[in-house]
Amino acid sequence: MSQDLFERFTKCAVSMLSVDASKVTPEARFKEDLDADSLDLVEFVMELESEFGIEVPEQELEGITTVGQAFDLIKAKAK
Amino acid sequence: MSRVVLVTGGSRGIGLATALKFLALGDKVAVTYNTNKPSGDFLAVHCDVTKQEDVDRAFDLVESTLGPVEVLVSNAGITKDGLLLRMKESDFVSVVDANLTGTYRVCKRAAQSMLRARKGRMVLVSSVVGLLGQAGQANYAASKAGLIGFARSLARELGSRSITVNVVAPGPVDTDMTRALGDEKLAAFADLVPLGRIATPEEVAGVIAFLASPDAAYITGAVIPVDGGLGMGH
Repeated sequence: MSQDLFERFTKCAVSMLSVDASKVTPEARFKEDLDADSLDLVEFVMELESEFGIEVPEQELEGITTVGQAFDLIKAKAK
Repeated sequence: MSRVVLVTGGSRGIGLATALKFLALGDKVAVTYNTNKPSGDFLAVHCDVTKQEDVDRAFDLVESTLGPVEVLVSNAGITKDGLLLRMKESDFVSVVDANLTGTYRVCKRAAQSMLRARKGRMVLVSSVVGLLGQAGQANYAASKAGLIGFARSLARELGSRSITVNVVAPGPVDTDMTRALGDEKLAAFADLVPLGRIATPEEVAGVIAFLASPDAAYITGAVIPVDGGLGMGH
């Protein structure tokens, strides 16, 4: 289940952040490692919202810097 | 050029002239209208820009018929003139809702596909009175001034994706909106204009088309006056 979710999460990251799937690891930092700027992240979050049929309010995104943190947030909502 | 162009408020005046200008350039054009459906070689979609669901429905139709919007001209606007002490709050709020918040609604929607395309042009139709002020038009002037801060913020937000956002600030133009002022007021207006006359809608449409053209690729966050010199220095 979690594996399947992470695959879908990774697919969104690959298409919206233009990165190789192999770079989408839990430790990867969006800005430093995936070279994503603030607009990339907005588009990524919107893609996740539509992929998982969830809503992610702006304030819940505060402090999220890594793939692992973002995935935990999505996983909790996608249930 | 064959780009997909959407002009809001395209049933008459500056909006209609702009739609015809883009058609003449070979673009695929859609216009929105609120009351009177215009006829021409463009897609005419009903849309009240004060309603988000109307805006979404209009964009859905344009995208499915012509493709993603590459050039957005936010032109839909209204006036409800009156001196401040006689201006009802509803007259203030409704003008700002149509002119400023309506522009927010269409720009936000257009930005989605422009971001994906990594390019796009937005042209917002403001007015010389946004910077000059006009007795009896506090609501209209406030909404038109607001467009400038809005456009410049978008220019900063979207610039890294090759999306430009510019403002055109017309002076008095020969349209239904200005004719409503009455001949006397209009003549007085024309006297204030260094060029001594009011503009044709086509003269504004040409500048809008320029801002959407390859020649204007390096212009963003600009406010281009098309006012015969009326607002010089503002």
